[in-house]
Amino acid sequence: MKKLKLVMIGNGMAGVRTLEELIKIAPDLYDITVFGAEPHPNYNRILLSPVLAGEQTIAQIVLNPLAWYEDNGITLHLGKTVTRIDRVRRVVHAADGTQAPYDRLLIATGSTPFMLPVPGKELAGVIGYRDIADTEAMIDAATKYRHAVVIGGGLLGLEAANGLMLRGMKVTVVHIAPWLMERQLDDVAGNLLRQSLVDRGLDFLIGAQTEALLGDGPDGATGRVKAVRFKDGHEVPADLVVMAAGIRPNTALAESAGLHVQRGIVVTDTLQTVTDARVWAVGECAAHRGTAYGLVAPLFEQAKVCATHLAEFGIGRYLGSQVSTKLKVTGIDLFSAGDFMGGEGCDSIVLSDPQGGVYKKLVIKDDKLVGACLYGDTVDGSWYFKLLREGRSVSDIRDRLMFGESSLGDAGHQGQNKAAAMADADEVCGCNGVTKGTICKAIKDKGLFTLDDVRKHTKASASCGSCTGLVEQIIMATAGGDYSSAPRKKAMCGCTEHSHQDVREAIRKLKLLTIADTQRALSWRTPNGCSSCRPALNYYLISTWPKEARDDPQSRYINERSHANIQKDGTYSVIPRMWGGETTAAELRRIADVVDKYKIPTVKVTGGQRIDLLGVRKEDLVDVWKDIGMPSGHAYAKALRTVKTCVGSEWCRFGTQDSTQMGKDLERSLWRMYAPHKVKLAVSGCPRNCAESGIKDVGIIGVDSGWELYVGGNGGIKTEAGQFFCKVRTSGEVMEVSGAFLQLYREEGWYLERTVHWIARVGLDSIKQRVLDDVANRKALWERLQFALDGEPDPWFEHDKASVDTRQFIPLVPV
Amino acid sequence: MNDWIDICRIDDIPVLGARRVRRPAGTDVAIFRTESDRIFALLDRCPHKGGPLSQGIVFGEHVACPLHNWAIALEDGQARAPDVGCATRFSVRVEGGVVSLSAGELATLAIDGDALVGADPATARRMTAMVVSEEEDVSSCAQSQDPPRPKTIPIVAA
Repeated sequence: MKKLKLVMIGNGMAGVRTLEELIKIAPDLYDITVFGAEPHPNYNRILLSPVLAGEQTIAQIVLNPLAWYEDNGITLHLGKTVTRIDRVRRVVHAADGTQAPYDRLLIATGSTPFMLPVPGKELAGVIGYRDIADTEAMIDAATKYRHAVVIGGGLLGLEAANGLMLRGMKVTVVHIAPWLMERQLDDVAGNLLRQSLVDRGLDFLIGAQTEALLGDGPDGATGRVKAVRFKDGHEVPADLVVMAAGIRPNTALAESAGLHVQRGIVVTDTLQTVTDARVWAVGECAAHRGTAYGLVAPLFEQAKVCATHLAEFGIGRYLGSQVSTKLKVTGIDLFSAGDFMGGEGCDSIVLSDPQGGVYKKLVIKDDKLVGACLYGDTVDGSWYFKLLREGRSVSDIRDRLMFGESSLGDAGHQGQNKAAAMADADEVCGCNGVTKGTICKAIKDKGLFTLDDVRKHTKASASCGSCTGLVEQIIMATAGGDYSSAPRKKAMCGCTEHSHQDVREAIRKLKLLTIADTQRALSWRTPNGCSSCRPALNYYLISTWPKEARDDPQSRYINERSHANIQKDGTYSVIPRMWGGETTAAELRRIADVVDKYKIPTVKVTGGQRIDLLGVRKEDLVDVWKDIGMPSGHAYAKALRTVKTCVGSEWCRFGTQDSTQMGKDLERSLWRMYAPHKVKLAVSGCPRNCAESGIKDVGIIGVDSGWELYVGGNGGIKTEAGQFFCKVRTSGEVMEVSGAFLQLYREEGWYLERTVHWIARVGLDSIKQRVLDDVANRKALWERLQFALDGEPDPWFEHDKASVDTRQFIPLVPV
Repeated sequence: MNDWIDICRIDDIPVLGARRVRRPAGTDVAIFRTESDRIFALLDRCPHKGGPLSQGIVFGEHVACPLHNWAIALEDGQARAPDVGCATRFSVRVEGGVVSLSAGELATLAIDGDALVGADPATARRMTAMVVSEEEDVSSCAQSQDPPRPKTIPIVAA
């Protein structure tokens, strides 16, 4: 079959990433030709500033060496600017006469610096800051000249100024707005930034308006630039002028070819131009839903979507990105996102410590975080960005918001919050044992840009996620500024574009009863899902349609399929249920006998007041359950685990309530309850709280006049104290409120979302309203839970009813 | 190859599931059944940290290791990138609904790593520690496939 011809105009990061994605999925579909105006292969433009500052070399920032193009059979025209697209004959023409016919055309021409329209802008020594040539011109000028003026005090301008200063020039930054980086920072942060740059030796002219650039020729309008003159008549010497007053999408070529251009080349959600179905555009030159993105992460998302369509897979749509800015002007951490200025109807929470070099401002509107501006300490930037993106109510965490996500209970990285202060050998990710050095090396060697990439390759922050902030800082320092962006909607997994919420709603609305039907109805991309979506779908089905949807054991994780916890050596652990943590001599004797009979190597008391038998062979499980003769503890399941209790008023001289009985009653009415994640309860008989009710999904504390209920506590990765829910008088009310709360969680929670995260997502007030205020709703929830649990089997004994495939316990032996 | 030895009927393996095949010596072999009734066999040991692949979730033509969720291709035992590693592959024949493995392969392939599951648990744990500490797992595939064997011939059940 004759290959189709794909021509790409532009040889930058977004375009080449599209080709990489395309080659991965459809290596043989196209003959590819690339035109690049620059004489270099694709390089990391974000890292030009470190090159200018002398921290890296051009060779180090190359992303795709020439050999890559060759290996992939790509015809590469370097140093050739395309001047005309003939859409009728489907041929592109370069300035030197080179022609290339195409079947499909990909435009990735990026953007160009905006040159102020002032007299003298054509003089020698006046440049933009965009590419390797500009960078080399600056490096060269620094060896020959003394005075530099940078016009524009945004990120690019400040990086240029910083680099030129490090190369020995006397640099003045001219900025027309009242403070630096006014599009990312508020006035306070902007002035802090200016002060610290002044301390390093930069000069600033804030609010100055450039009138003309003066040349050293006899008429002052020719030759090389020698000075900048401002509207007020004042002049400063300048042997080099760098224009960094913004960028414009590079669309002239597209426009001349008759493509619709408005703020960029207008493209659809599949990155196809609206004018010509054979022409596609990605990157800074493309305008998607009115926005031309300038950060790497959204461009790479575009690249991925575009590639699937070029590959004729026709899947995926680009729905736009929300972006935040995290910036690095050597040694100064800045973060901003959203509406960081505030204004009418907004409140601001501000922390200002000029001496310590830290300033944080959070802007809140209608109980939602709408903007953040951080200076000096940005470790919580990604958390704020997440809150902002999700638009969830922050009323319940308002008092803690300023102190960040890591203010409480994070573990695993020695309490570090500044990656720059860590040594290469320091562990960043305590779950997976990943050091800072390993992450840096992977980023450099494998050309990683996004948090997802780094997670896939190094596993750093891929387990508990508490070191995400650190990992992001490392990516920023190593790969360059702008990895942080996120799709507007997070897909459940790679098999679908639907979110957990979409899927839950569809299952309810369309009354879907099987995984296959759900996948069909929602156009799953894979034939039967993956190990991450299938367990979620199975849970959604059985929790939404109890007694109707059938449990699919093959879509359950091994622990829930074998009803025991797999251990690192492939053996299992068995934890029988002990109601409320109470046991008897007879039970203990049976357990002891089982341990002897099956030679179980380890017996351990768990944190949930039960006994764990570790190292049981799979083929012994059924017999072990039978011999112990106690119900399944569901210690292996996303389900009700334990109800931990203290001894309470029955024995304790301080006890005010019979907490043990309350715990046993709760456990008996809630056991066999599957949930989005594990669920733990505790009941204490007095406020001394010996059962640790404060860190349970539902924690109950007896007081003299009744019971207090706390919800959303968690003693895991991140310690979360439960929030006060309500106070009730009777044990019957405890039962009904706890059950209704948990049923709401079962119906609404996303798979693997603990109660604390569910509460954070939907808001405690909303839950209180539906469980406490609305009595009829509470009773309905409680009834639905009882209906779902009624007659549920004990999987250790009722194998058929619980869909336990007992063949798994018997190994096959060749005959 | 004419040393096929019958293991079970295709219906003895759950759809999108697996069974373990015990060997007189060496780690178990896992046999998998996909949704379209293709049958594959791999050494029941993940190249990452030795997890029993037979216990994983089968999806498409992959299995997710139950320990750390590595995705292993059933066809060739290769871990999905960026993870690197390979589980030893065994030839499979399906004829008249009966699944057979090669007696020769069962007796010789990947015998070095002793059975973890099924051994006395204390010993098994010691051995796990050994396997993990020796970094031979990534290359074990190449070693065990020498000399080259004919490709698996999956035949859809009658």
